[in-house]
Amino acid sequence: MANLKTVSKKSKAQSMGMHTEVLTGRTQQKFFNPDEAENFYYFGTYDVDFNKRTELDVKDMTAAEANKEIDNLMSQGYGTIVIKNPQGKHSLGVGILNKLNLIFEGSLGYFGMGSCDGPIVRINGRVGWSCAENLMAGKVVIEKNAGSCFGAAIRGGDLICKGSVGARTGIDMKGGTIIIGGDAGAFTGFMMQRGRIIILGDVGINLGDSMYDGTIFVGGEIGSYGSDAVDAELTDSDQDWLKRKLKVAEIGENFDVSKMKKIVAGKKLWNYDNLEPTEKKGAI
Amino acid sequence: MCGIAGLIHRGKSSNVGSELQGMLQALKHRGEDSTGYALYGDTDGKNFIMRFKVGENVGEGSSSVMEDVSVYDERKKVVDQTLAEMGAKVVKEERTLPYSLRYEIDYNTKDLLDFSQRIESIPGVEILSMGKSLEVIKDLGNAKMVCDRYSLDKVVGTHAIGHARMATESGVDIKSAHPFWGYPFSDVSVVHNGQLTNYWNNRRVLENKGMRFMSECDSELIAVYLAEKMRDGATLEEGMKESLTGLDGVFTYFVATKDSLGMAKDTMAAKPLVLYESDDLVAMGSEEIAIRSVLPQEIDTYDPFDGEVKVWQI
Repeated sequence: MANLKTVSKKSKAQSMGMHTEVLTGRTQQKFFNPDEAENFYYFGTYDVDFNKRTELDVKDMTAAEANKEIDNLMSQGYGTIVIKNPQGKHSLGVGILNKLNLIFEGSLGYFGMGSCDGPIVRINGRVGWSCAENLMAGKVVIEKNAGSCFGAAIRGGDLICKGSVGARTGIDMKGGTIIIGGDAGAFTGFMMQRGRIIILGDVGINLGDSMYDGTIFVGGEIGSYGSDAVDAELTDSDQDWLKRKLKVAEIGENFDVSKMKKIVAGKKLWNYDNLEPTEKKGAI
Repeated sequence: MCGIAGLIHRGKSSNVGSELQGMLQALKHRGEDSTGYALYGDTDGKNFIMRFKVGENVGEGSSSVMEDVSVYDERKKVVDQTLAEMGAKVVKEERTLPYSLRYEIDYNTKDLLDFSQRIESIPGVEILSMGKSLEVIKDLGNAKMVCDRYSLDKVVGTHAIGHARMATESGVDIKSAHPFWGYPFSDVSVVHNGQLTNYWNNRRVLENKGMRFMSECDSELIAVYLAEKMRDGATLEEGMKESLTGLDGVFTYFVATKDSLGMAKDTMAAKPLVLYESDDLVAMGSEEIAIRSVLPQEIDTYDPFDGEVKVWQI
């Protein structure tokens, strides 16, 4: 792809796959207007102060009660919330669409931090299946291990597990970065479409099976490659990016990234580069 | 979706009945059509303990046909008569429910095949478990209901496995409930979460080799498959490793013997399992909340990887 910072608007649009289609229809005629206040309202968000801190003990709460209380605390302006005694409960911290420092003193069950957009989360424990599924933005750090389907379908943000993760990590991911300090299970990067996965340890069988796009970096041994996953050259810019990303993630800072393997999709899908209408609008 | 749980204390005994009840109750949202316990209690090891049923629980959403209780009495009489003919002496008898019985039997044999075949040749009678430590208790309802019904919370032992079932492949009845006894091996039991897609092919092969199936539940295949491997001289762990390729589908299963507990996970890792392991306790379940019911403090757990087989001794 061309350098988008230096090309003209027309070339930029063409390089992003707009060279054959013309925008038509009523929906395409509505454009962002900075003068309209509703363009700056994001449902479910609050103004919070990161220096305003509180603790919440969820030992005797259901997941729904705990999540409602987190929302209530954010509405009161708390920007740093420490959750005590999560004790492996499912679906904690889901649907947070806010800037927030959220700290879990313990482990989460299934679907922890699902469908979030913006929070900075540290989990001083383990997480179960489908942690941070559909993450849009923000950062989630897990100090111990994670279950399967870690970071399923994430669109953005950084998802970091300092331990090992189960099978199907990054399945169907469409953006963002997943970093694994330990090993990863089978079918890692299964059907991934964009984004990057970094695994410092070993990875199981069928790595990158049916991947459309995106990049996987592996520091250890690979059980086997999935369909369409192939090796690619690890460039200098890849290494620079890896070093920077690992440093920011506070994980594997001394890891020798020059020995990592780079895996990409080996098959180009028909019409894959054509953008969605909303993406085309953004490109303009 | 079903839930499985298991634990093994190493070097000591504990209240495994109560502990497993807590673990399975934490998983009740995964299915509460039926719940089953395989408890390895502290015994003197002299007598066999036979858990068997002479009928089905026809309440609580059961798919079984209603029978008159007098039929159960008739079947019990035939069982008693058959035991006497075989020279098996009933030392202690408990009849918790009209259809569910527990016998302690003084019987000197190492081959339970002939014994089991004769008992199960009585129509309507099924041995749920046979062993010198193992007791399989399974019935309709969630973990607490079954535990209360059979007073399992006082059982002390070294290890246990259990299952909370959502019936998908077969009926809501006791015969399809887990755990399954590893017939005809003393003290072998199995629980399973998943679906086996080569059930009928394997069943035909195993039945031609003389193995017995009591239900149409695909999970029973695992118990029979392992029993056949062990009959042919394989160790439990060898049989479990062979099952990773011999069984097709998605599965996580536990198997327990008199002095060990094992787990196996299929090569696609499609079914969940969380594991906690320390020097004196191994606890595992479909979800971490099951383990948290016995270990509420912060602990290190992990998901075993695809194709993993592990076995622990007491």
